[in-house]
Amino acid sequence: MNLFLEFWLWISDPAQWSGGAGIPTRLGQHVLYSAQALALATLIGVPVGLVTGHTGRGGFLTASIANFARALPTIGVLMLVVIAVGIGVAPVMVALVALAVPPILVNTYEGVRGVDPQLKDAAQGMGMRGHEVLLKLELPVALPLILLGMRTAAIQVVSTATIAAYVGIGGLGRFIVDGQARREFDMVVGGSLLVVALAVLVTLMFYLLRRFLVAPGLRQAAAK
Amino acid sequence: MGDQPLIRWDWIARNWDDPVGTRLLEHIQLALVPILIGLLIAVPLGVVCARWRWLYPSVFTGVNILYAVPSIALFFLLLPYTGFTQWTAIIPLSLYTLAILVPNVVDGLYQVPQHVRQAAIAMGFSPLRRLIQVELPIALPVAIAGLRVAAVATISMVSVASLVGLGGLGQLILTDGFRRQFPTPIIVGIVLSVLLAFLVDGLLVLMQRLLTPWTRGSERAARRTSAARREAGAGTTAPATDTGSRRAEAT
Repeated sequence: MNLFLEFWLWISDPAQWSGGAGIPTRLGQHVLYSAQALALATLIGVPVGLVTGHTGRGGFLTASIANFARALPTIGVLMLVVIAVGIGVAPVMVALVALAVPPILVNTYEGVRGVDPQLKDAAQGMGMRGHEVLLKLELPVALPLILLGMRTAAIQVVSTATIAAYVGIGGLGRFIVDGQARREFDMVVGGSLLVVALAVLVTLMFYLLRRFLVAPGLRQAAAK
Repeated sequence: MGDQPLIRWDWIARNWDDPVGTRLLEHIQLALVPILIGLLIAVPLGVVCARWRWLYPSVFTGVNILYAVPSIALFFLLLPYTGFTQWTAIIPLSLYTLAILVPNVVDGLYQVPQHVRQAAIAMGFSPLRRLIQVELPIALPVAIAGLRVAAVATISMVSVASLVGLGGLGQLILTDGFRRQFPTPIIVGIVLSVLLAFLVDGLLVLMQRLLTPWTRGSERAARRTSAARREAGAGTTAPATDTGSRRAEAT
């Protein structure tokens, strides 16, 4: 329990709440990097997944690339890119996007592939064209799985954005790095628990998104 | 980096045994132990949840919360308690594999068709024998799909353990590569880590083929059923079931 006491003492110290090294700044950086990486990964993963899922082509290639990206050790990618192009936001983005694309891409692909063929027949029977079937039928039906992939990606990104501190661009990981260097354990605890809290918050956010975005009919089908 | 070549083969040759080999062995150990621990806990837990279904929602919520807790943060939180022992890496990674494995074991057991279960009962199988000889084998493909995700994810996540100073290929990347601005060890670390992940993944596929000879040739059909099932059960958003089927896609 003293873990939480330590956290409380640290977080309630007003010194943590101001200046360039305070919680608001670090938290802001962390959220910003994570959101940017997730947005980029979504922009790559969803369209590619939708097209490959819809046409049924390139599925094997998609899965292979996603597999490969999943096996890549993020920290190695980050440090290699830092050595190649120097310290900055770009290496962190490359590493985080490489981490976030596979779950989004594969879930989108699987979601679209999993749409009931009878529904697609019905949509075509109603005179929908290929892109209409994709956007009006396959995308909404696949949405729960796509959101699930985005949630998986978001949690991994939030947790891994911690390593941004190791290449000197801030974020909540900074508290962990500095705390370790100065042997101030309360700082390490503070930084770590803030990351945990942020990840839990992201999970809750995706529950809400799911509630509001997924069509009511699909939600009922899922609940039965 | 300057005019230095991207890969210095002579460095690899000179350091093959010591930093490279040692780190690789550490990496294998740090990855395999959590996978085994996760499996040892997840299978009994999954069996219990499949038998007493009212237990599953609360276990599932617990597992989902575990999944949301970043391992990186846990490494640091555990450090003062477990110190620089391997447990600092093993505990968070085991919890993480648990979060992927439990839903897959339960899903696999849920898939056992009712008529198969009734046939086993009619043949006079005791509950334990039915579990071991009928239900677990049928659940195996879905469970192994989860195991493959857990294994690949764990092997790539072990690298992070080097930030805490626990060894593994991440240490090669961080200490020999990054701190000295020398790309060769970083590339060696990445390549070995990816190869290790693929090797373990391949072994698991092989294991599944050997253990479930009756699924050969009908794998696509099996995948379709599991996709349909997952779609139907999507109301509770399982992180692992989706990853499980994702991996199944790669077969």
